Amino acid sequence: MAVIKTINLTKRFGNFTALDGVNITVGEGEVYGFIGPNGAGKSTTIRTLLGMLKATSGEAQIFGKDVWKDAVDIHKRIAYVPGDVNLWPNLTGGEVIDLFLKMKGEINKARRDELIERFKLDPTKKCRSYSKGNRQKVALVAAFASDADLYILDEPTSGLDPLMEHIFQESVREVKNEGKTVFLSSHILSEVEKLCDKVAIIRQGKIIDDGSLQEMRHLTRNKMTVQTKEPITELEKLPGVHNIEKENGDISFHVDTDQLDTVIRHISSFGIIKLESAPPTLEDLFMRHYEGTADLNQGGGAR
Amino acid sequence: MFAQSFKGTGALTKLMLRQNRLKILIWLLCLVGITLGTAATYPEVYQTEEDVMAFALTMDNPAMEAMIGPGYELEQHNTATIFANEMLLFTIIAVAVMNILLIGRSTRADEEEGQMELVRSLPVGRLSYLTASFNLALIINTLLFIFVGFGLYGMNLNGMNLEGALLYGGILAVAGLMFASFTALFAQLAETSRGTIGLTFGVLIAAYLIRAFGDTSIEGLAYISPLGWVVRTEVFADNHWWPVILSIVLFVVLTVITFYLNNIRDMGAGFIPERKGRANASRTLLSPLGLAFRLEKITIYSWGSILFLLSAAFGAILGELETYFADMEILQVYLQSMPGTTMADQFVSLIIAIMSLISVIPVITIALKIKSEERQNRTELVYSRPVSRKKYYGGYILLSVLSSIFFQLLIAFGLWIAGQSVMENALAIDSTFSSALVYLPAMWFVMGITVFFVGFKPKLTGIVWLYFAFCLIVVYLGDLLKLPDWMNNISVYNHIPLIPGEEVNWLTMGTLFGLALLVNVFGLIAYRNRDIVG
Repeated sequence: MAVIKTINLTKRFGNFTALDGVNITVGEGEVYGFIGPNGAGKSTTIRTLLGMLKATSGEAQIFGKDVWKDAVDIHKRIAYVPGDVNLWPNLTGGEVIDLFLKMKGEINKARRDELIERFKLDPTKKCRSYSKGNRQKVALVAAFASDADLYILDEPTSGLDPLMEHIFQESVREVKNEGKTVFLSSHILSEVEKLCDKVAIIRQGKIIDDGSLQEMRHLTRNKMTVQTKEPITELEKLPGVHNIEKENGDISFHVDTDQLDTVIRHISSFGIIKLESAPPTLEDLFMRHYEGTADLNQGGGAR
Repeated sequence: MFAQSFKGTGALTKLMLRQNRLKILIWLLCLVGITLGTAATYPEVYQTEEDVMAFALTMDNPAMEAMIGPGYELEQHNTATIFANEMLLFTIIAVAVMNILLIGRSTRADEEEGQMELVRSLPVGRLSYLTASFNLALIINTLLFIFVGFGLYGMNLNGMNLEGALLYGGILAVAGLMFASFTALFAQLAETSRGTIGLTFGVLIAAYLIRAFGDTSIEGLAYISPLGWVVRTEVFADNHWWPVILSIVLFVVLTVITFYLNNIRDMGAGFIPERKGRANASRTLLSPLGLAFRLEKITIYSWGSILFLLSAAFGAILGELETYFADMEILQVYLQSMPGTTMADQFVSLIIAIMSLISVIPVITIALKIKSEERQNRTELVYSRPVSRKKYYGGYILLSVLSSIFFQLLIAFGLWIAGQSVMENALAIDSTFSSALVYLPAMWFVMGITVFFVGFKPKLTGIVWLYFAFCLIVVYLGDLLKLPDWMNNISVYNHIPLIPGEEVNWLTMGTLFGLALLVNVFGLIAYRNRDIVG
């Protein structure tokens, strides 16, 4: 059974359509990446899933229950970290963590203290003096110290330093290994690439692509860099070859994955000295979708 | 280097004016409107020499002096001086509140929320933001001076002349500037806007109490308080200008200190240091009600102390009032239209009526708290956990109800205990307490309107304050403005009996209670069914 399932989820604010028929299915034990530019509808989706916004039409269920009507019930098994963590300025981090944990049930003191230690958080400071990263740590500690079956994380690492980001990724893997489900909205695509089994890209309130990274790559292009003994001719005439560039005797270009075989056969006849092939990164996929019909990697954004 | 520090001040001033234009407009309209509107009614109210003298007599007692400052010599009484005597101090307090809120916003609140950081990263001088805030204060208070000064002159009440009218407007403006500079100063000391506004209100209240004490007993004390100076202009009679000059001097001194402190401190920092807090939450925090209480604790305690002190201050003059009334047999006959009550009783029930209007302010703000919590994206932290909206907002509503009871008890207790120590015939404990508690249904109704708007349309919660202002006008100026009955009756406070003089009508009280319940329940249901934005 799907942990999260939305069918044609639509949310309008006045005339503005924030979500336009969103379909998401997140299976149990999956780490699901949710990516999209600012204002695409990521947070609106999450707030609808949390029962804070009432969907204009469509359905949304978590654990098979209605996200609006059964919000309180569902939240007993959810841990959530917002993108912009605003805490009560006159409470300390430690107090806030305890408060959050108590709302969900009994406080597991050992786990709480271990996570505070792991994230290197000073719990005695008032929240008003925390930086963005430290406020995020408070929310992360409260989330991972609570017993949940689904973790909804909305850009949880945007304020963390690389060390803390690493610890965050470790924590996500831990809960994944315990069979928990994670819904991760993020801007940091390398993070999503590392952690997620499945990815959905949202743009202007619509899911424009989803599936495993493998599946998403299927219909896209690989980037190739080759050097040959003799100059390659008629490369531009082959179907599925784009963005040819020449530099220091190297030729680089993009190839549609379904034309890979033909292209390699053609260039091998010129005597290959060097051949590098890189699958598209999530960033490539994302940029391609975001730029709509524009060509992948304008100006040869090699990585 | 020096000029660099002020670069961009003009543009920032314009920005602040633009940002606050609605607030400024409403404040100025209310202040000028009420001042001129009231002045317009005076010739009708005080038509004859006898009317004026009767007023002079009722004013000449310690209770009145404690409330509104020292009166005029008998022979100086005319329509203009009566107007000044009745209106000046309260208008000054309103002007001070306006300045505290506006300047608190454009100094520490902007700094706390990060707008200042954004501006400071632009090619803008280090002192420009603060200078712009001061410009804002100068502009608003100058406008006030012009409108009130020349407006009053245009009214041309008996006894008014240009000098007096300008002095009246001038004293409002300089009092406003003083409190603007107090606010800006505390914005340097405190690290939060809450602390800034809290400290400045503390100064305002202290100034009021010291003046009240000075005006009634040791006059020298009144000169310590800025509010003590400003009620000593004898405007429309002797027209003393020294309080204006003294106020400007204090304003300049405070401004210089403020700029100095602003220049030497880091952005975001304050001079009153932050203490280390608890690593673990105490048991009492760990529930929605506990959280609400923790967040509103300072509000509740500080308002509680204000209400208690104010009530005790009024209670403390009851003794003198008693002897004063005993001396004036004629007045006693006239005022004793209500059988079975003493003068003191009537005075007390009037004080309680006014205090109960003041005490509804924190009751409203507690019910409103959830709105700012939502705007600052903090309700999502709660609602993403298994906590229902009914439970969380219900916590605030319950806290608001409990506070209202606490406040009313404090008001009654303050009056009673202080009266006890100074009066020959002490106040009856039961009637004093029931006289305060009888306001609860009215307070819950006002709170209910707040809940209603928070539930249906949070953007419209400002209506609650308009309604509150209306209730205040009805109690304070209702008779004077000769409002029609139906208008007076829109104020729930108008339906509350003045105990012990008036009987409690249980049907009215029951209806009020029912209405209060209804608006609260409607509001809560609407709140459960609307989008939560953060």
